[in-house]
Amino acid sequence: MAEDALLVASGLTMRFGGLVALDALDLEVRSREVLGLIGPNGSGKTTFFNVVTGLYNASDGSIAFEGGDITNLSPQEIYRLGITRTFQRSRLSLSLSVFDNVWAGNFRNLDQGLIHNLFRRKTLRAEYERAVEQVRALLATFDAHLADRLFQPAAALAMIDRRRVEICRALISEPRLLLLDEPSAGMTHDETAELMDDIMQVREKLAPFSIVIIEHEMNVIQRITQRCVVLNYGEKIAEGTYAEITANPDVQVAYLGQE
Amino acid sequence: MRVPLTSRPVLLFVVAALVTWALAWALLGAETQLEVLALFCVTVAVAVVAAKMKLDAPVAAAASSHPRALGIACVVGVLALAVVFHEDHFPLLLLCSVLLYITACLGLNIQFGYVGIVNFAGAAFFGIGSYTAAMLAGHTGLPHVLVLLLGGAMASLISCVLLLPVLRTRGHYAALVTIAFATLFRSFLEVNDALGGPQGMRIPALNLFGWDLGADHEWGELFISFYDNYVLFALALAVLAFVLVRRLERSWMGVAMDAVRTDEISAKVYGISIARQKIVAFMFGNLLVGIAGATYGMMTGYVAPNNFTFADSLILVSMLLLGGLGNPWGIVPAAALILILPEKLQFIQEYRFLLYGVVIILILLFRSQGLLPRGIRRYFPNREAARG
Ligand SMILES: Nc1ncnc2c1ncn2[C@@H]1O[C@H](COP(=O)(O)OP(=O)(O)OP(=O)(O)O)[C@@H](O)[C@H]1O
Ligand SMILES: [Mg+2]
Repeated sequence: MAEDALLVASGLTMRFGGLVALDALDLEVRSREVLGLIGPNGSGKTTFFNVVTGLYNASDGSIAFEGGDITNLSPQEIYRLGITRTFQRSRLSLSLSVFDNVWAGNFRNLDQGLIHNLFRRKTLRAEYERAVEQVRALLATFDAHLADRLFQPAAALAMIDRRRVEICRALISEPRLLLLDEPSAGMTHDETAELMDDIMQVREKLAPFSIVIIEHEMNVIQRITQRCVVLNYGEKIAEGTYAEITANPDVQVAYLGQE
Repeated sequence: MRVPLTSRPVLLFVVAALVTWALAWALLGAETQLEVLALFCVTVAVAVVAAKMKLDAPVAAAASSHPRALGIACVVGVLALAVVFHEDHFPLLLLCSVLLYITACLGLNIQFGYVGIVNFAGAAFFGIGSYTAAMLAGHTGLPHVLVLLLGGAMASLISCVLLLPVLRTRGHYAALVTIAFATLFRSFLEVNDALGGPQGMRIPALNLFGWDLGADHEWGELFISFYDNYVLFALALAVLAFVLVRRLERSWMGVAMDAVRTDEISAKVYGISIARQKIVAFMFGNLLVGIAGATYGMMTGYVAPNNFTFADSLILVSMLLLGGLGNPWGIVPAAALILILPEKLQFIQEYRFLLYGVVIILILLFRSQGLLPRGIRRYFPNREAARG
């Protein structure tokens, strides 16, 4: 195990009935790195995210985050430790405003008490005014015009803007680890490239955090990741830099075998 | 030079308010069914013409740039109705009922509109408020303010029983749980002799710090129906409930509740406790429903199981749907229409539930957002408007 490990999954297994979606997976995410998680369809990538974020309880194995055991913690507890994510299929609340959608990602920093929310309107107003500036600034790093659409329903946004909003929701609480599940889905090459640049730009400004990115677009993986892990049928079949894994015959077989 | 009406939003707003008031006044005072039908047609015609002339948008704009205007207009309007009808029991009783139903619907709105629990036992919780008031006011010397609060607290507490199944199930199943509860509640009342059985019980009139709300006032020629007392009290209650519900919506809790309703998975992953939001919404909502019920019981002086049927719960839910789910302002016209029209149209009475069914289906088919669809959350509109 490396010195600077942020998240360590050991022997992580997830079974759905007879189907083994994750098979004794050992995976490590290091501090400040961008790790690519790739593999053919159905190889267990999203399942890994779901287990890490507590949506599924692991059938076996364990996960440690910053040295503490987080196996089978609730999603809420895991979020509070600083792990956020996006979803493969966009999960915004379309009827709510852009601001509401982004700010809904910040509950680990918000007072949810009834008294505070109902009766301390002055304090709340100050919080709100700061929140608007914070969200506006974050959105502006992605796209200047998006910052002007703060109080439009998310439903009014184009696909790429929805992705941006979703990523802002994951970033607003300044996470330690960001999990991106196919951020390029439904977008063009150029849009994807732009989105990735924006994420990296935000990352410079915030306290540096690690990213795990699931991605089918190989040029994205090549451009932004330092390391990659390749899954096939829930098993890790390769690990290393982009150059190393693309040269790996097992990986080539896994991808070709699927085609 | 003539200025087009649409460029004078404030004037338009005032005109709209006056027209609405006049219609409400005429409707409450109408005596024959023909009058009511004619009025209904006039109302629809006014609405259609206003929409055709594109007057609705500027009125809405005026209302949203002067966020307090609508509230003040409503309060003044109700007070004016209370003055105009000061001698007539029946219109005032209707007015009170509308106000109390608005309060109850505001409670249900937290559940259905914000956190997304459909409560088909609204009338049962309303009834719990009434029965609690009957027992406490009838058998103890507790001050009536406490009686009302305890009526709400009781509804809120008993709703805890429902919470477990409601939390474990979702969507339609949670709704089924509340339907089962509504049915059970009524059967329980009917067989329970301590609560008066099918005949029900009498409740003493509300008396707040020596103010007997059940007493008419007479000063020489001037006669004021005791219902005017209740109009004042019910109005205060509705305003209070409205402000609380609004504040809840315009806070971080409002965001959390909307997040739970729209997507539980995202809400969880972003640290929002689904159970906590649902518990708060369900208990807070039923508290308001219970207080409204307690007041209603003390006003009518009587509670019986027949007043709290499943059909009555459906009426409450249909008010939310007609008004526009999640928009507290929608409840106001919806409660008024749904309560007053059938009361005035005797021939509808027998078919009223059929009619509610038809109304709900029509709304869902043609205007699924309701009369006044909920807009984007504005946290501090008064301040934003002041800044311009
Ligand atoms: N909740 C579930 N219940 C049953 N089976 C599931 C569940 N979630 C995932 N699976 C199965 O687990 C396997 C891995 O799925 P997963 O979604 O993790 O794949 P993936 O690598 O993300 O694929 P893709 O690239 O298509 O997104 C698949 O066979 C899938 O059908
Ligand atoms: Mg996937």
